[in-house]
Amino acid sequence: MSLAERTYTADEMMAVEAARRLHDGTVCFVGIGLPSLAANLARATHAPECVLIYESGTIGAKPAQLPLSIGDGELAETADAVVSVPEMFAYWLQGGRIDVGFLGAAQIDPHGNLNSTVIGDYDRPKVRLPGAGGAPEIATSVRDVFVMLRHSPRAFVEKLDFTTSVGDRVSVVVTDLGILEPRDGELTLTAVHPGASADEARAATGWELRVADDLGDTLPPTEAELAALRALQTTRLGA
Amino acid sequence: MAKLVPLRTAIEELVHEGDSVALEGFTHLIPHAVGHELIRQGRRNLALIRMTPDIVYDQLIGAGCARKLTFSWGGNPGVGSLHRLRDAVEHGWPQPLELEEHSHAGMAAAYAAGASNLPFGVLRGYEGTDLPPRTIAERVTCPFTGEELAAVPAHRPNVGIVHAQQADRRGNVQLWGITGVQKEVVLASARSIVTVEEIVDELELRPGGVVLPAWTIDAVSLAPGGAHPSYAHGYYERDNDFYVRWDEISRDRERFEAWIERHVLGTTDVEDYRRSLAAAEVAA
Repeated sequence: MSLAERTYTADEMMAVEAARRLHDGTVCFVGIGLPSLAANLARATHAPECVLIYESGTIGAKPAQLPLSIGDGELAETADAVVSVPEMFAYWLQGGRIDVGFLGAAQIDPHGNLNSTVIGDYDRPKVRLPGAGGAPEIATSVRDVFVMLRHSPRAFVEKLDFTTSVGDRVSVVVTDLGILEPRDGELTLTAVHPGASADEARAATGWELRVADDLGDTLPPTEAELAALRALQTTRLGA
Repeated sequence: MAKLVPLRTAIEELVHEGDSVALEGFTHLIPHAVGHELIRQGRRNLALIRMTPDIVYDQLIGAGCARKLTFSWGGNPGVGSLHRLRDAVEHGWPQPLELEEHSHAGMAAAYAAGASNLPFGVLRGYEGTDLPPRTIAERVTCPFTGEELAAVPAHRPNVGIVHAQQADRRGNVQLWGITGVQKEVVLASARSIVTVEEIVDELELRPGGVVLPAWTIDAVSLAPGGAHPSYAHGYYERDNDFYVRWDEISRDRERFEAWIERHVLGTTDVEDYRRSLAAAEVAA
């Protein structure tokens, strides 16, 4: 399929592919942006019993539209429970009750370690990024970490400028070009999206990217997935 | 025991130059009216503490009120960077800013320890990251299992400040919806100030609500709309457009200063600030 024929965006492909990996009963810790889109898409399609937890303290949130912040009022109104922030991090995250945690970052290395703190030297930063947030403990407390990050040599680097979270539990990296999974301790390209190639992914990776012998193809979004995805965004993002 | 006083009086009496000050509210009930009053009164050299120093601290940092920031995530939620925070860290404008950065879990544990009158909070955290050499966190060994854990010093701010929906006439406070770390920051602090949307004859207890008895608070001040541009559950919604506009306002030093001059220094209180913003929108 050529890009011109494609009826969906790269972000939509990423959200769809992440959503497909969530199931009924999966308890997931959701950040704002693409992870929130993916988790809500799963809930709107094949996994209505997927449990969405936002770090603001809302457990089992069921927003009709995509929230713009992790603490939108609608999350609290539709949640099964609302807990304090210390309780969220101590009882629920550290307590080992969460299956999947989504993380993004400015940089990722071949082992799934992430940087969301600083580009350049810490004391004289080129770019001061927002910082750790929940990432260090999400990365070590959930069963599986899903990373969502657009492919570029600036983001996929051999060595991080700062390690904000460790990659031991990263089970998948969903990019705009394909899917990376750890194989023998290193992130390996295991599938490409329709229209993308392994060479493109290699060129957009700042290290010598391994490509799986059994490299697969992801399926394009179905009409039902796209319809659900767009319905989630119409009101808020169109406003 | 809480005194019901105007916000100006509360800040004059309870917040001093150089204090460590924590304004909390996790996406909800962010005490913006207090941030503005601190700028109006020209408080300097504050050591600011807050999990998510969003627009409220971008304004205080850009206005030159802060010497230090203790935090865990400093961005404009859903929008991008905090330009005044970045300018202070990257270029030392308007003055250098010392950083002490933690994770959310570390900040939450430090507040809970402060509220519990313990010297440190303990968590399974920070391991394998580059944070420990850049922050105040140590490894401790569990005396029972031998497990290595992270210890963070308790937060004990000089002043803890939150915004709530209601207080009664005796100064008892209730907030509900997303309640964040507000209870912890009030109980962890030496002095505390609560601004409220409304003062009622009697609090009606809400499921999941947090009640702060009057005797845990020093001052309660009426500040309707005082969380804007964040929201107050049951009162008004988040002003999402403002968060987007702030990206433009704050990107440029002069534009930021003009905004502060007009809408904060040029206004007397939260109601005046709201009128000033509304007038600017009509003109635009």
